[in-house]
Amino acid sequence: MSKKEWPLWEVFIRGQHGLNHRHVGSLHAPDAEMAINHARDVYTRRKEGVSIWVVPSKEITASSPSEKGPLFDPAESKTYRHPTFFDIPEEVGKM
Amino acid sequence: MAALETAATSVPEDSFVSDASLRPAFFEWLCRMGDNALILGHRTSEWCGHGPVLEEDIALANTALDLIGHTQMWLGLAGEVEGEGRDADKLAYLRDAMKFRNLLLVELPKGDMAVTMMREFLFDAFHYHLLTWLADNSKSPRVAEIAAKALKEVSYHLDRASDLVVRLGDGTEESHRRMQDALDLLWAYSGEMFVGDEVDAAMTQAGIAPDLESLRGEWETTVRDVLKEATLAMPAEAGFVHKGGKQGRHTEHLGFILAEMQFLQRAYPGASW
Amino acid sequence: MYAQLVKSDAIKSREDMSPEERAFQDRVDAGEKIEPKDWMPEGYRKTLVRQIGQHAHSEIVGQLPEGNWITRAPTLERKAILLAKVQDEAGHGLYLYSAAETLGVSRDELLEKLHSGKMKYSSIFNYPTLNWADMGAVGWLVDGAAIMNQVPLQRTSYGPYSRAMIRICKEESFHQRQGYSIMMKMAFGTPEQKEMAQDAMNRFWYPALMMFGPSDKDSVHSAQSMAWKIKINTNDELRQKFVNETVPQAEYLGLTIPDENLAWNEEKQGYDFSEPDWSEFFEVIKGNGPCNRERLGDRVKAWEDGAWFRDGLNAYAERAAERRRAASVAAE
Repeated sequence: MSKKEWPLWEVFIRGQHGLNHRHVGSLHAPDAEMAINHARDVYTRRKEGVSIWVVPSKEITASSPSEKGPLFDPAESKTYRHPTFFDIPEEVGKM
Repeated sequence: MAALETAATSVPEDSFVSDASLRPAFFEWLCRMGDNALILGHRTSEWCGHGPVLEEDIALANTALDLIGHTQMWLGLAGEVEGEGRDADKLAYLRDAMKFRNLLLVELPKGDMAVTMMREFLFDAFHYHLLTWLADNSKSPRVAEIAAKALKEVSYHLDRASDLVVRLGDGTEESHRRMQDALDLLWAYSGEMFVGDEVDAAMTQAGIAPDLESLRGEWETTVRDVLKEATLAMPAEAGFVHKGGKQGRHTEHLGFILAEMQFLQRAYPGASW
Repeated sequence: MYAQLVKSDAIKSREDMSPEERAFQDRVDAGEKIEPKDWMPEGYRKTLVRQIGQHAHSEIVGQLPEGNWITRAPTLERKAILLAKVQDEAGHGLYLYSAAETLGVSRDELLEKLHSGKMKYSSIFNYPTLNWADMGAVGWLVDGAAIMNQVPLQRTSYGPYSRAMIRICKEESFHQRQGYSIMMKMAFGTPEQKEMAQDAMNRFWYPALMMFGPSDKDSVHSAQSMAWKIKINTNDELRQKFVNETVPQAEYLGLTIPDENLAWNEEKQGYDFSEPDWSEFFEVIKGNGPCNRERLGDRVKAWEDGAWFRDGLNAYAERAAERRRAASVAAE
């Protein structure tokens, strides 16, 4: 029986098309370098990525679910941030 | 489908493939390349479902898959060169042990993870330098093309195997002991990689493949550096060398590999799968 | 299914719920995803750990019956496809263990429970794979049955489980097809191959039906799981759907389903079929299936033989981290 479990890592992958790194899942590895190798073997078997980030799961700080209202609801009232808020006459053309 | 068509139309012209005077040696040499990949891939695939940890199980399967892919390319070309209608499957499944041309090193049982990773490392270091030469220098465009494709994967194999050899060699007392035992066991089988014969000489003369002896220096440097970092003791250089696999004289192990691998093709001749 | 007999609490009525439980149930009913840090009833968490754990165990034990044939696959291409598929199962186990870990249980703890027999895996993997057509039957029938359950589970209420299922379903899409493709080769091949195909069908039909678990029409346990949306359909619904889809596929292959009572029922717009032998099912679950000992033995051996490997890599990583710390202190 092994003494200690390998730490857990969160894996983020940037796909072919230059979008942001996206969380794809987690895995176990003894350190960051091996976590990268494992991520390559586990999460890019189908050519999913061109770049990998790994972060120790215990280093992730998550927002608290009870704060969800104060954190995210205020954005709801700011509809002027969305382009559809503004009516532009058709004659003006595409904008 | 589109990818396959592009690949099919972009096969480079290669006069060596139809060169009758070169045929026997070229065919032999291609079988050596293909059989090494096939048998090492077979051994590596034995870990699937039995790996020491899930991540490693998956990584080993990736390596095995790469090697099966290399087998298809090398034995496919071997069949073309031979010109007798044998494809990669026929060569893999319908030759007996004495017609197999792989190194003894790759047919030894998979052992524990120490033997598996040390064997892979010793072979990868050779494979990497060999494929690099072939991709850059081979006068056969088909060989260079296959080598270039395989090299990308083998570079990763070598990185991964080197990393694990270092970590396990310099890990716990037990992992160190197991890695040293594996090295001592396998060392006498690694010399065969550099022992050339008339087939190798013909390939070197044609400019298709390098003089194997010329790869020994780079291989030793790679191996020495990694073993040093792994705190493992490199065995004496001029030791006994087990050889014969390249000429078809194998250990007892290969017969059992083939009995398993070829069973369906042998039991049901002519069936399509 | 891959999680066949997951115990859960009896369903609670709305009146019996605490305000927290009621708010939780409202979120589930509204189709909101529950995330790791959210409040959840202890029963929900426990049931999920059991279910996801059982599912994960089934994936990695499920590597074994097919892994059995990797070294005997009849062509290089079949070998590569089978290896890739069995490797995917290891990946799916990994994704599911990760999902379970978000509920506060570690992968090693779950593995320990598998190895000691405290946690189960799907009964199906205790059946042997005896001829090459079994690789077809496993892909076609076993993965086919699994997919029936996994597709709806993509909508399960627990976020990490749902996301794991989405990834798994995406990757699994080739598994069933590769199985059917083997079956076609075998069923349309030589007489010997056809015999193997029928033999595989005969042996895997009822074990595949058992994968959905015993009838749960009246089970209070599944009622709670369904209210929590960690179970989406009843076992019987899925089994019926599976039979309805599989019968025409078997007919196309010219294979006989080993059930004299199999007949189309116009009224229910589905097939009538015989129940599997549930006493056999319970024996297999208890550990008396044809391969229980071998399967669990293989897993335990792999784990124990791998201990020095995992420990060795841990020791190196710890020392390397120590060296880095020392170097950065020296630099300051």
